[in-house]
Amino acid sequence: MYEGIVQDLIDELGRLPGVGPKSAQRIAFHILQADPADVRRLASVLTEVKDKVRFCAVCGNVAEEERCRICRDPRRDPTVLCVVEESKDVVAIERTREFRGRYHVLGGAISPIEGIGPDQLRIKELLQRLSDGQVTEIILATDPNLEGEATATYLTRLLKDLGLRLTRLASGLPVGGDLEYADEVTLGRAFEGRRSVDD
Amino acid sequence: MALYRDEAIVLRTQKLGEADRIVTVLSRQHGRIRAVAKGVRRTSSKFGSRLEPFNHVDLQLAEGRTLDTITQAVTVTPYGARLGNDYDRYTAGTVMLETAERLVVEDKEPSLQQYLLLLGALRALTETEGPADGIDVRPALAVLDSFLLRSLAVAGYAPSFDACARCGVVGPHRAFSPAAGGALCPTCRVPGSASPAEGTMVLLAALLTGDWARVQEADPRHAREGHSLVTAYLSWHLERGLKSLPHLVR
Repeated sequence: MYEGIVQDLIDELGRLPGVGPKSAQRIAFHILQADPADVRRLASVLTEVKDKVRFCAVCGNVAEEERCRICRDPRRDPTVLCVVEESKDVVAIERTREFRGRYHVLGGAISPIEGIGPDQLRIKELLQRLSDGQVTEIILATDPNLEGEATATYLTRLLKDLGLRLTRLASGLPVGGDLEYADEVTLGRAFEGRRSVDD
Repeated sequence: MALYRDEAIVLRTQKLGEADRIVTVLSRQHGRIRAVAKGVRRTSSKFGSRLEPFNHVDLQLAEGRTLDTITQAVTVTPYGARLGNDYDRYTAGTVMLETAERLVVEDKEPSLQQYLLLLGALRALTETEGPADGIDVRPALAVLDSFLLRSLAVAGYAPSFDACARCGVVGPHRAFSPAAGGALCPTCRVPGSASPAEGTMVLLAALLTGDWARVQEADPRHAREGHSLVTAYLSWHLERGLKSLPHLVR
């Protein structure tokens, strides 16, 4: 045990995900030896992030204002909506630079065994967004695992009669991989979703 | 690090750290096992998709101090992929997994009967043809109710749908109480007992024995009443309610 404040710092750091008691001690001593300006900057970012960041009123993404950067951007196509599980997924899709539409963040996936059903996700907000008829295509970009698939199946059933174009992200072989190492479910999906190349 | 191999059904997965998962499985020889699957959340993982809930897999595990580690996994039957495309059956299947996890109490304590029961129920839930000529594909809720009753019976909580659960007088009786263990005769009847229709009791007995011809003849009204009795009976014996039950599409 260290004296008062040092031990408090170690305890607080130890509560972060993936940080054990030894790592917490290492980070604490790094902070003690660091330049005071660096530490002050870290401290101010920590308090600022809690004060400033909230969730976008339209799409549910993290934002610093009432609406997030993407929802405010007039160049983004308002007719295409990409439905994702979490804000992290928005960042991942943005990195591809392939998508110019807008997003809707559900806040998770349907997982009854964890007690998460459709009512715990932002599905009501999604339906509200669709009510003005501006959106013409919805891309279901939930994770390609069981919960994500079930969520996509649920949304498909809910949205299929609204007369929208409804698409699901393709699953298949990772770029840069070997076919022989692909697992059978992924390879099966790749066959299912194969596309013609001669037209 | 001793290696061992077993067939298993994946019950639940939880995220661990950056890219790992803790996977809870019900295995044929070792009962319930909690094991770490390293790196399975990366898209480059070779067996990530195999360790999804519902999947029947052949595993190789390495014994660890607290948790074992999954070193190899091969799919036997991908029930998860089939259930992911049918939301109603998915919710029914999740209730099965949670029940199996709760009724097998000890880790690494063999429970072959529960394993075989769950495997049979998943097979029935994902079948595309009926079990025999003249019997249609079984409804998800009937498969679920039948599994719940039989799984409870294996765990030692077999309900009685004919003889009185208290004094053993031969039925049929008109009262049913989850707390008393099933049907009750007029003398043993406790306040608050349900009074199900005669057809419901016949249906429940058929679900417990797996008499599908009789289950199919049942009136939808009796099926609904039977389902609510089964869930009441399950909730009573599990003490804590199931998280997945409120999300079941009925």
